[in-house]
Amino acid sequence: MKKGHLIGLGVIAVAIIIIVSMIGDASTYESFATAKAMKMKGEDKAIHVVGELKKSAAGAVEGIEVNADKTSFYFMMVDNDGTEQKVFYNEPVPPDFARAEQVVVIGSYKNEDLFVADKILMKCPSKYQENEVSTAGM
Amino acid sequence: MINTFIGNLGHFAVILAFVSSLVTAFGYYQFTVVPELEKKTWQRFSRLAFYIHSAAGITIALALFEIIYSHRFEYFYAYSHSSKALPVHYMISSFWEGQEGSFILWIVWNVLLGLVLIRTNKAWEGPVMVVFALVQAFLVSMILGVVIGDLKIGSSPFILLRDAVSAPVFQINPDFVPEDGTGLNPLLQNIWMVIHPPTLFLGYATTLVPFAFLIGGLATRKYTEWVRPALPWAQFSAMVLGMGIIMGAYWAYVTLNFGGYWNWDPVENAVYVPWLILVAGIHTMITFKKSSTALKSSIVLIIATFILVLYATFLVRSGVLGDSSVHSFTDLGLSGQLLIYMLFFLAVAVYLAARHWKHIPSSEKEASVYSREFWIFIGAITLALMAFQVILPTSIPVWNAIVESFGGISNMAPPADQVGFYTKFQLWFAVTVALLSAVGQYFWWNKMDAKALREALVMPYVLAVILSAVIIVFGKVYDISYIVVVLASTFTIVANSTILYRLIKKSTFKLAGGSLAHIGLGMVLIGVMFSSGYSQVISFNMSGLTYSNAWEDELNKEHVLLWINKPTQIKEYTAIYRGRQKKVKGVPGLVNVNLLKSTDNVNEAIALGDIVYRGKTFYEKGERVPIVLEENDYFQIDYYKGEEYQFTLNPMSQFNTSMGLISSPDSRRFIDKDLYTFVSAINDFEDPEWREDEFFEVAPGETFFISDFVTEFQGGEVLNQIEGVDLRDGDVAVKAKLVVMDYDIEKILEPIFIIRGNQVGKIPAIDNELGVKVEIDNILPESNQFSFKVNRYQKDYVVLKAIIKPQINILWAGTIIMLFGFCVAIYRRYDEFRKMRDKGLEY
Repeated sequence: MKKGHLIGLGVIAVAIIIIVSMIGDASTYESFATAKAMKMKGEDKAIHVVGELKKSAAGAVEGIEVNADKTSFYFMMVDNDGTEQKVFYNEPVPPDFARAEQVVVIGSYKNEDLFVADKILMKCPSKYQENEVSTAGM
Repeated sequence: MINTFIGNLGHFAVILAFVSSLVTAFGYYQFTVVPELEKKTWQRFSRLAFYIHSAAGITIALALFEIIYSHRFEYFYAYSHSSKALPVHYMISSFWEGQEGSFILWIVWNVLLGLVLIRTNKAWEGPVMVVFALVQAFLVSMILGVVIGDLKIGSSPFILLRDAVSAPVFQINPDFVPEDGTGLNPLLQNIWMVIHPPTLFLGYATTLVPFAFLIGGLATRKYTEWVRPALPWAQFSAMVLGMGIIMGAYWAYVTLNFGGYWNWDPVENAVYVPWLILVAGIHTMITFKKSSTALKSSIVLIIATFILVLYATFLVRSGVLGDSSVHSFTDLGLSGQLLIYMLFFLAVAVYLAARHWKHIPSSEKEASVYSREFWIFIGAITLALMAFQVILPTSIPVWNAIVESFGGISNMAPPADQVGFYTKFQLWFAVTVALLSAVGQYFWWNKMDAKALREALVMPYVLAVILSAVIIVFGKVYDISYIVVVLASTFTIVANSTILYRLIKKSTFKLAGGSLAHIGLGMVLIGVMFSSGYSQVISFNMSGLTYSNAWEDELNKEHVLLWINKPTQIKEYTAIYRGRQKKVKGVPGLVNVNLLKSTDNVNEAIALGDIVYRGKTFYEKGERVPIVLEENDYFQIDYYKGEEYQFTLNPMSQFNTSMGLISSPDSRRFIDKDLYTFVSAINDFEDPEWREDEFFEVAPGETFFISDFVTEFQGGEVLNQIEGVDLRDGDVAVKAKLVVMDYDIEKILEPIFIIRGNQVGKIPAIDNELGVKVEIDNILPESNQFSFKVNRYQKDYVVLKAIIKPQINILWAGTIIMLFGFCVAIYRRYDEFRKMRDKGLEY
């Protein structure tokens, strides 16, 4: 076999390792229900859940409990299927958290009742999508 | 008044630029294909077209900047990206905050590059400028803002606010102009954001130059000649792009609070990948110049670089990344256009390469294991695989979009732990690259066989092992993979330093670019390994509070709560939060908010006391004080070791109405480490919810407790005048003086009680820092006591995260050396070109 072929085989082998590892390490988007089912089956892999913060009828965010030292907190989240879930995040409340239109939590169930987020991504009302113009200057 | 002239001028310039770029492309195409006799005319015509295009391109930029600079908020771009309070250098950042502005920046860079090429390289003018003009046509189309039926081509930055948003106010008054804009994203209000985007876009723009030479070379069948002019440009591009990446990393480090300089964010990856491929391409091109091999790989890599830049643009700007990135622009509906842009050049490049593939010379002979070609080729492959490993998972949203466009369902998400995921591969690739760059350099400068190689490498190897042992012992590097990193990096540093020494001794410094860049690489690796691998959070919460859940106690709380004035232990330091400060124009330090009272004007306050810094008075009491960005609060945190004061850090946060709290770190720089701190939560006392009333009846001289503050009532005083209140005859005003003690701080609170006839007025004293409001509820002459009504809120606090980043300076120093190496290499190639030109071999 020529060296060129050996190199080619080596490249293909590494590329396959890269692809397989990506598929293995890639997380998935789940609902709370499927995430819980995964936990029950003993899978501890971190997954993504997309949803919103729980809001009262008046539209106020409810269920945020900040621990006394302000370094961690609990909140209630409703996923896209409508399942309500208590979530713990071991970080201070992110700025603008209550204003988030959409929340993505990355993490897994700690036990049957509690989801622990390792990371939270928020989609905030962007200033670029602003459609109201303040009339204060009239 | 609405000024429509400037917008119309801008829009006209956009259309002119678009048309002239197509004319230029056509002209230069003709110039390339027509017989020698007619060339002169076509050249003059095409140049004129390109000059018109250049003037139009620059006019677009000037028009947009004028709109921002003159605060023309009737334009959507100025309204949504700028505000009156912005200093001029941040107006420049406003310019490229939006997608349209950054396209304009790119267009202007291409114009300048095109002008330079026309002047310097006349042999390649025709084919190269055809590619340039076509790229410009695509770029200008992104800001064209033309609607044909349902088809929208480009998004114009010159649209008026009333056309961009449908606010009811415009129905009442179409000429309404908002008083102020919504401002610049506070994260971009940083000096690095003024220079980072232009650098990055210059990097993007310059990848076009080698690509244009290559396409020109293929089209005109100059299969090998394109490498000579393309190489210095490729090196320049890699240098600028690398600098752009590093500036971005540095910006993230000093402005963002994710705790580092690199986060494997899709946008970062999207620039890193073309850079790796370009660096691989430079290596194969250099090999080709020396030994006529690796031409085909160079062609593939240069095409890939340019296409990956377009792909990066597509990823960042099409909205396909969605939530997975902090930087991504909002979707302007340009994704289709961006996709066509990328696919067009991909198709052209692949077509030309495929058509001419069999004519492209390649060497039939196998490269020997003891040849430099072999090792450089392996290095280029490693870089390519390194890039592949990053771009594949970064594109997960794209894979999902593709599956979904075929009606499938894909719920693949990016890896949950991005840093861990990428590091596990990139670390070993980087080690391989470091080793290859050490060995490869020996092959480069010497003829090698097995024996010669062994002899040449023994010394550097032994030295590297000794040096590594020192680093490992003193740096306490006990992780096996990090030990390998140290070995590989020191090996490349030592080996390349040896070569550098020999080169300087033997010949000129001009040839040293490669070894310098590789030394830089080794340093970067060591710096990254220490500062990221051994980055250590020291702000563990030690408040001793128990949590509602027992398991929470076992979690590391990586933030610490600092109450104002309360000393708190953070590793070997005692940290004390001392309150908020503002930046005042003309004052070198920061000024405590207690000295400032805000006025109705933007960025203005009144001094409540003399503002003194190091014995010099900058503003006197009562003067109006100009503030630099009044939304910015700097939290003063003093660090002590034992009793001894060490230093003060002022991490910043900005309360922004549109984005909420934005926090920027402040770091203490040591030679061997950084102490990196940022504020992760703050107290909001804009609108405090005061707790219920507490009453205290106290006689002068007595002491009582407001929560746990020892408070001394020093006595009452009858006032003859009060600031802001008109006292009449017969009015009685009494001021009580309370001294509240919080740790080592004494605060004086002076509530006022006014009696007018049988009415009573109370002016409370509020201290936001302590969260205390005191009012004189009544004066009890019979018992010689005052009755105070006290409300409490919480004391001011910050939640802080502090991280030690060891040896980060080795990283920065390494990047500088690497960039310097690139510059030396560029100079060498440019010098070569100049000499050839002077000899008349190339013109």
